[in-house]
Amino acid sequence: MYHSLKEITEVCENQKIPFWRAVLLEDCREEGITEEESMRKMREIYDAMRDSDRNYDPNLYSASGLVGTDAQKLHLHHEAGKSMMGEFCGKVMERALRVAESNACMKRIVAAPTAGSCGVMPAVLLSMQEKYHFTDRKMAESLYVASGIGGVIAMRACLAGAEGGCQAEIGSASAMASGAAVYLLEGSPEAIIHGSAMALSSLLGLVCDPVAGLVEVPCVKRNVIGALNAVSSADLALAGIRSRIPPDEVADAMKSIGRSLPSELKETGRGGLAATLEGQKIRDRLQGIH
Amino acid sequence: MNIFDITGPVMVGPSSSHTAGAVKIGNVCRKLIGEKITDADILLHGSFLATGKGHGTDRALVAGLMGFAVDDSRIPDSFRIAEEEGLRYRFGAIDLGEDAHPNSVRLDLTSESGRKLEVQASSIGGGRIMINRIDGLEANFSGDLPTLIVHNLDQPGHVAEVTSMLEHKSVNIATMQLYRSGRGGHAVMVIECDQEIPRQSLKWLEHLEGIEKVTYYSLQKG
Repeated sequence: MYHSLKEITEVCENQKIPFWRAVLLEDCREEGITEEESMRKMREIYDAMRDSDRNYDPNLYSASGLVGTDAQKLHLHHEAGKSMMGEFCGKVMERALRVAESNACMKRIVAAPTAGSCGVMPAVLLSMQEKYHFTDRKMAESLYVASGIGGVIAMRACLAGAEGGCQAEIGSASAMASGAAVYLLEGSPEAIIHGSAMALSSLLGLVCDPVAGLVEVPCVKRNVIGALNAVSSADLALAGIRSRIPPDEVADAMKSIGRSLPSELKETGRGGLAATLEGQKIRDRLQGIH
Repeated sequence: MNIFDITGPVMVGPSSSHTAGAVKIGNVCRKLIGEKITDADILLHGSFLATGKGHGTDRALVAGLMGFAVDDSRIPDSFRIAEEEGLRYRFGAIDLGEDAHPNSVRLDLTSESGRKLEVQASSIGGGRIMINRIDGLEANFSGDLPTLIVHNLDQPGHVAEVTSMLEHKSVNIATMQLYRSGRGGHAVMVIECDQEIPRQSLKWLEHLEGIEKVTYYSLQKG
């Protein structure tokens, strides 16, 4: 895996290959697998993302009862023509909720990069395929772009809420989705990494404060902001706007912020929303089922 | 770590550590015991105990003990399926001490032929796991490679017997650990390998003098 985003763009330039291919070739080399095997596997991942959206059950609640049915509410609101976001972003929001709620309800999802942030990538990518009619092959290519970005973030910082807070989960997912979106709309390797950097920058400092320690509140709804932020950051990058701080240094900043965060705000369920009066009430009520 | 650890794995939610990792722990136990498990005492520690129910850790562990994969959509129904399959399970609480990872569990297992196995394991993040102890002795291994665990009396020559067998079968050793209860007492070697070890070689090991128990974790199905 690459240690810097800059390195990936240099490989693209020197070898005259697209971003996704630079990521694919490096992984094949490290893992000792063929390009065909790798691509087949990535296509399966994309199929699993699509299934995770399709298999949403609008009547299902999680075991705790804290989440469920919200994607359906948003769907009806959208169908009634009341969505301020409009067609595309309305869909993105709805899918983020569908997949994240499905995760909380013990359904099959793709951790991307984590289970808690599993709604972000499918929300952006499936909606883009629906809007622009990209082939499944092209969508798989965009997953390599996303994975390359996520890999660098994992190397330089981290992807776990327990280690870096929510910025490491939803922030990273948003950065990955943004880069993939820029790629799909023909952005350059430079635009790709700046799209991801602007997405991550906007979510720096986001803490991991799950109520009762469950991947439900506020995790499910944070998938919505992660997905929308990916779209807006991709648009910024495609418009030629660049992150003032170099993309790799943004990832470094995420790491140092993660280190500065107290443990209460890193997936322990002891700070932030989890520590509110209502958060504690919910935790105490759920203790009965533990 | 590879790119499919970044985008992936495909899994049943809600948590890679509390759900997917728990399934994987069950899987490894099922393979270590080598046959159908009929009885399981499952003792949860730390965060597994505190938030396990809400994360489906309990159902995930039982699913894993029956050999389900991390993306098997039957995981939420594992309690019902266990009843049909004749797996009796009980849950309890345990304090494994401050050194234990917060996401830890101890499983006391019995298989259909009466084989017993005690495993302490932890889910260390992102669906990755560590088997910490087997039958009370240290055993740190990840379940990512074929792993041989040999319990023997602490006397000269047993390491050589095992490693020369591996050489003979062209099996390369990736990592190797040795532990013992005390000089001349019970010892254990944990060997992670790059290739699978043939069944007949394991049988051969079992019959050697001073070898008390041979446990093998294979990556192959079944």
